[in-house]
Amino acid sequence: MKRASGFPRTHTIVALLQDHPGVLHRAVSLLRRRGYNIASLAVGRSEVEGVSRMTLVVEQEDVVQVVKQLNRLVEVLQVDDVTHDPTIEREVILVKVAAGGNMQSIVSVALGYGAMIADVGMGTMLLELSGSPAKVEGFLQRLTPFGILEATRTGRIAMVRGRTTHSASELLSDLVASAPIAQSPEQWLSQADGINGTN
Amino acid sequence: MTLSANAGGAKDPGADGSRTGAQLICEALVREGVEIMFGIPGGAIMPFYHAMWEYRDQLRHVLCRHEQGAGHAAEGYARTTGRVGVCIATSGPGATNLVTPIADAWMDSTPMIAITGQVSSAALGTDAFQETDITGITVPITKHNYLVQNVEDIPYVIKEAFYLARSGRPGPVLIDVTKDAQQARTIPRWDRPLRLPRHKSVGVLDRGAVERATALLVGAQRPLIMAGNGVIQSGGAAELRAFAERTGIPVITTLHGKGAFPESHELSLGMSGMHGWVHVNKAIQECDVLFNIGGRFDDRVTGKVSTFAPRAQIIHVDIDPSEIGKVVPTSIGIRGDARATLVCMLEVAPAGNKQEWLGRIRANQREHEPHQAYRRRPDTPTLMPHDVFASIDRAFRQRTGYRVVTDVGQHQMWAAQLIEWGRPRTHITSGGAGTMGFSIPAALGAALAFPNETIWVIVGDGGFQMTNQEIATMVQEDVRNVKIAVINNGYLGMVRQWQELFEGARYSGTKLSGPDITMLAQAYGVLGIKVERPEDADAAIESAWAHDGPVVIDFRVEREANVFPIVPAGQSISNMMVTATANA
Repeated sequence: MKRASGFPRTHTIVALLQDHPGVLHRAVSLLRRRGYNIASLAVGRSEVEGVSRMTLVVEQEDVVQVVKQLNRLVEVLQVDDVTHDPTIEREVILVKVAAGGNMQSIVSVALGYGAMIADVGMGTMLLELSGSPAKVEGFLQRLTPFGILEATRTGRIAMVRGRTTHSASELLSDLVASAPIAQSPEQWLSQADGINGTN
Repeated sequence: MTLSANAGGAKDPGADGSRTGAQLICEALVREGVEIMFGIPGGAIMPFYHAMWEYRDQLRHVLCRHEQGAGHAAEGYARTTGRVGVCIATSGPGATNLVTPIADAWMDSTPMIAITGQVSSAALGTDAFQETDITGITVPITKHNYLVQNVEDIPYVIKEAFYLARSGRPGPVLIDVTKDAQQARTIPRWDRPLRLPRHKSVGVLDRGAVERATALLVGAQRPLIMAGNGVIQSGGAAELRAFAERTGIPVITTLHGKGAFPESHELSLGMSGMHGWVHVNKAIQECDVLFNIGGRFDDRVTGKVSTFAPRAQIIHVDIDPSEIGKVVPTSIGIRGDARATLVCMLEVAPAGNKQEWLGRIRANQREHEPHQAYRRRPDTPTLMPHDVFASIDRAFRQRTGYRVVTDVGQHQMWAAQLIEWGRPRTHITSGGAGTMGFSIPAALGAALAFPNETIWVIVGDGGFQMTNQEIATMVQEDVRNVKIAVINNGYLGMVRQWQELFEGARYSGTKLSGPDITMLAQAYGVLGIKVERPEDADAAIESAWAHDGPVVIDFRVEREANVFPIVPAGQSISNMMVTATANA
């Protein structure tokens, strides 16, 4: 597959979701349908109760259509492809390495990366690092010669710098303000034509 | 009426004002204006059926013979009325049998509510008897779905579900209710306001874009209007006609746009696409502005996308923003209700005419039409499918109180081509999903919605054998206004045609035997008529129309007739075969 130079092969998508059972399934199902691979997925509560924020990294050239279709889901409040926005991206990794006589060398690598020593066991050392995806990758490579016994990563989380329209509380006030008035089908039919328009 | 205490209670609330979940479902359906629903009971939905009995004066239940039939019947009701169709099934196989009509409603944007029973919440996920994860299964084919485990949630969920099914781009919504939630009691709250994200419901038409689009269209040398399902769903046929007449721009109707614009009109060109007329596809390839209103550029419309309308700037109006730019790059994309957009366009559009352009298209039509297969009936005593469609068209031209449901295949394309369509919601078919077996149950739903009209089914012998059991439902429900024309060629005809044209006539798995259809009709207790000669077609249709009750006509047609023109799958719409050996 050809691609324009400098164009990223992966896309980072940030979405706000209502915190309901099954909402992740609905979102991920749209990617699965196309056979897209998810490089990483991180979901957790946002600053507003009842709203989750998801960061999704997709290995795909073009995600325009999938972003639009994500936006169509009832429980999805907002979706943004932030690939080309100025973002801060972070990932947390826990990594367990074999530690014997080389413990001092491992500690110096950890210090160099600003990692924390989370646990020291019999012949093992458990390190914890938070950093950019590139930093985490470099850290893992640097530790490989010592013998990595186990590694687990949170997946990437991303946030756009500066003031943006990504605030969940603003979206939530929109949600309340726009609550459609309950109406009978007859009322609906008589009004339906006028209310759907452009964004 | 005596009821056991745990079975659901009476319609009137208990002393404390509480109701069962099952009663609340009934109550909510009445509040949404539902008058009829199609379904089949079973273990997990029994509490609802128990409560339904108390509401039988307000909610008519039609017992279908297969849940697929119930789903298509709800679709037929919805497509002809514009209201939400409701279907009911139990858990497990009942629910999975609804999957096909749900997918069909999803593809054709049909407002539908499917209510399914589910095993009790304590048994969820245990592979209990008749447990199927129907909410998981239907995620990709519903606008939204719900697994309701708490009786308190029922009033709100049903209100939201109906709102979603009928608002914006309509579609199916499934509500799966556990048996214990149907049985539990609560004092209902009906006043919870809907709480949905702004962009899902309300928007304002971009008037600037509408004005730019209108100017582009009106100023074009060779503009075309392509009208889709959205025009019909939004009730915008009159506005479309006014706009076309004001501007003089010719109108193409897609398969689901049939009825959005009268085909007898001087500006009507007919259908485009895989089985569209040569002059229509040629017009698309020559036009300089193509205005698609309420259509979604299905691949049966575009053919090979990179070669579609190569000279045109495209204006696309769709209520679903995810459709704009999905298939074809647009010059102006407008998210909007088709009718509301046309109303806005009418405010700014000056009068005009495109006589020169229209004349060029008509000249093309005069050149190509004589070569169409149906114009050159072979000199044979055999009943040709085209004879049947000519007879049906003749019968329709003398009447107004009819609607037609077609199935999927050759007969569907012949019906689209050879019958003159004129009114919205009179041509009902399974377009996006292409579901064989759609027509007979969908006609049941249409017939119950319009008891004073005649509902014609046009179906092949393949589709007929998939869902004809719903004729028994018609008889039980005393439905008398359905007339079924079976275009019987003993093949899965469209597949056989492709095999003939593109696969060296290897008729693999397409030859089809069937029952004696007139005897089968009699077995169901309805009138059966067999037609084998061209000269008998008119009389059969007239007597079916006159007969007070369902009729099945077995048209024994030429077995290997083909639909032309045909654009081979995946090719440019410029590449139209008009016979097995000739291109236009």
